[in-house]
Amino acid sequence: MKMLLTGNEAIARGAYEAGCLVACAYPGTPSTEILENVSKYKEIKSEWSTNEKVALEVAAGAAIAGARALASMKHVGLNVAADPLFTIAYEGVNGGLVIITADEPGMHSSQNEQDNRIYAYHAKIAMVEPSDSQECKDFVKEAFNISETYDTPVLVRVTTRVCHSKSIVELEERIDAKVKDYAKDTSKYIMVPANSKRKHVEIENERIPKLRDYSNSTLLNRIEYNSKKIGIITSGISYHHAKEVFGQEASYLKIGFSYPLPDKLIREFAEQVETLYVIEENEPYIETFVRSMGIDCIGKDLLPLCGELSPEIIRKALLKEEDQEAYTLDMSIPMRPPALCAGCPHRGIFYEVGKYKDKIISTTDIGCYTLGMAPPLGVGDTCICMGAGITAGIGFDRVNELAERGKKVFGFVGDSTFFHSGITGLIDAVYNGSDMTVVILDNRITAMTGHQENPGTGKNIVGLEAPMVDIETLVKAIGVKEENIRVVDPYKLDETKKAVKDAYESDELFVIITKQPCALIKEVQRERRGLHCQVNQEKCRKCKACLRIGCPAISFDGEIVTIDETQCNGCTICLQVCPFNAIEYFDERR
Amino acid sequence: MTTSILLVGVGGQGTILVSKILSQGLMKKGYDVKMSEIHGMSQRGGSVTTQIKFGEKVYSPSIGMAEADILVSFEKLEAARYLPFLKKGGTLIVNDTEMYPLPVLTGAAEYPKGIIDKLLETVEDTRVIKASEIAEELGEPRCQNIVILGSMVKSLGLDEIDWIELIKENLPERVHEVNIKAFEKGLEAASLYVKTEA
Repeated sequence: MKMLLTGNEAIARGAYEAGCLVACAYPGTPSTEILENVSKYKEIKSEWSTNEKVALEVAAGAAIAGARALASMKHVGLNVAADPLFTIAYEGVNGGLVIITADEPGMHSSQNEQDNRIYAYHAKIAMVEPSDSQECKDFVKEAFNISETYDTPVLVRVTTRVCHSKSIVELEERIDAKVKDYAKDTSKYIMVPANSKRKHVEIENERIPKLRDYSNSTLLNRIEYNSKKIGIITSGISYHHAKEVFGQEASYLKIGFSYPLPDKLIREFAEQVETLYVIEENEPYIETFVRSMGIDCIGKDLLPLCGELSPEIIRKALLKEEDQEAYTLDMSIPMRPPALCAGCPHRGIFYEVGKYKDKIISTTDIGCYTLGMAPPLGVGDTCICMGAGITAGIGFDRVNELAERGKKVFGFVGDSTFFHSGITGLIDAVYNGSDMTVVILDNRITAMTGHQENPGTGKNIVGLEAPMVDIETLVKAIGVKEENIRVVDPYKLDETKKAVKDAYESDELFVIITKQPCALIKEVQRERRGLHCQVNQEKCRKCKACLRIGCPAISFDGEIVTIDETQCNGCTICLQVCPFNAIEYFDERR
Repeated sequence: MTTSILLVGVGGQGTILVSKILSQGLMKKGYDVKMSEIHGMSQRGGSVTTQIKFGEKVYSPSIGMAEADILVSFEKLEAARYLPFLKKGGTLIVNDTEMYPLPVLTGAAEYPKGIIDKLLETVEDTRVIKASEIAEELGEPRCQNIVILGSMVKSLGLDEIDWIELIKENLPERVHEVNIKAFEKGLEAASLYVKTEA
């Protein structure tokens, strides 16, 4: 049967067909839908893990125990999981272990565009790189075979354009999956120095040479000979861009198995073609290897290292084609940056903290609430990575004290991010006596990535009831003083304002927990349908106070202020900031 | 030969669902299809794009400047923003509705005036659809995306594919009726438009 699948759906299907039994992930664009789709196959035990390190460790344990296991994450997630990665690389597997890294050239929804192919080289594990949905499915299946045959974890490296593109996939049956026997083998699975030293030598002398032989002979790496005037070595989505530009006018060495790279195949191909191009996104990963073999090629000297590639960019760089003549409009077009949604519960706390923005430093974190930095709210000085909303705040606060800046630090972290890597930061703040304020934005979901459950939501990945970790209890247990903890409803500005004031005036570690579910959660939408606010035009003095909350439902056309009923969910923040009582609340729920 | 369609709009307008239904229909008709979307952070009221290519064999899913045969815009400012991606002589389908971006809401920028007129002046084959208005008349503003789907398949000459079936497959049953009506209104709107132009 043929189906139109995204790369992520196809990866999930590949795991299913390969007989995968355990799968773990932490959500992150563009990888999120992999586990969402895996979890639809009831044969696979699927879990949202608290973070990527946990996901990889759970998967590694499952693989050692004898099951085929998968962990998936976005590119920066592999940084979090790098610790287990480098050592499970030494230990190898029992059941196959496949790790998906979804990289993001172009950074559509990420904080950097690191090229994770280098991780495979660095950790000395096999790597495959599918280029479309069919290959996503096929390569994941092959990755499980490679993992078990060569006793190595396998990295499957995909990119946004592969993950989020749909193409046609031929489906097959699931193979009969059985848990393999486990035999205790401390020399393999306990990496104390004596074992590690032996293992490292074994990997260099045995695993990598064997994998290189495989790389030279596998069909995952294939040559397509057409015109030999131009030869192109390429991998992933770049292969399709190159095919579109050069068609039959070039020959291709398509790399599907990209660590170790196929030295013999590359040399054979290079000898057959007149001019050799290496077309790859981001780092010159293949190119550096080709050059290290003494083979000359054209690559990053002409092609950009930053951002995504496209047929257009390749044409311009390599064929020196001029820009196509395009339509233009003579007008200035305002940007449309992402914004906190109408009814977003984060708006209330940012509005109140924003009143202090000249007197504080705010260290924020990864999630929808990063958008609190945008005007008119404008709350946010730094954003680095998951968890740093608290920890970068600890550091900033230290220096504010040293420099006597007299500025308090407010650190922001979401509920899922708090579970991911905020807890350790808060323990550090307690232990090292920080006097910053930590704001935990509990919107009862992992929102930015499209609503995944987390340890605070009371549900697991398949929607079944799960134990709920209570953030307030946790914060108390960590050692934050009870009198320095406030739990507020951010839709209620009075109590939010009071909590922010208390925090600002405190000279001890302070925690504010805002509790209100994300406005886009389906049940919340259903519950609030019929609630909305409206401007009473007779009372409105056009002071624009309501525009300063940055709600996309409120607009001023130069004459009157209106609220878009289709967007408004009746959160009433605008009503509370209006000094003339000109905003009215309606409850038309049936 | 491949045909390239670029769909643009504002996060929350339902562009991705339309792209999904369109791609499924094209596949059923026997075309090779690739659809590429960008979502994530941009879905929060930001500018969103989906690229669809179909033909006998499709390689790259990406559409570059002046490469789209058809540009479908769910909002008129986005039509202006992405116009340079439309091939000279291509077709522009634009929903005559405006959604203010944050800089306009906060007064930092102005929403340009006369966009539709300028588009009509610039692109010969511009088809203006009042999808939001039609959807409101149907009592379900959210089905404007399906109105646009109807107009789009009519304009592409793809109305022989069983789109109703695909709408049913992709949407929950309780909204089938209104969305089928929306689709039919979209077809109608496009044919009316074509007639007046001729």
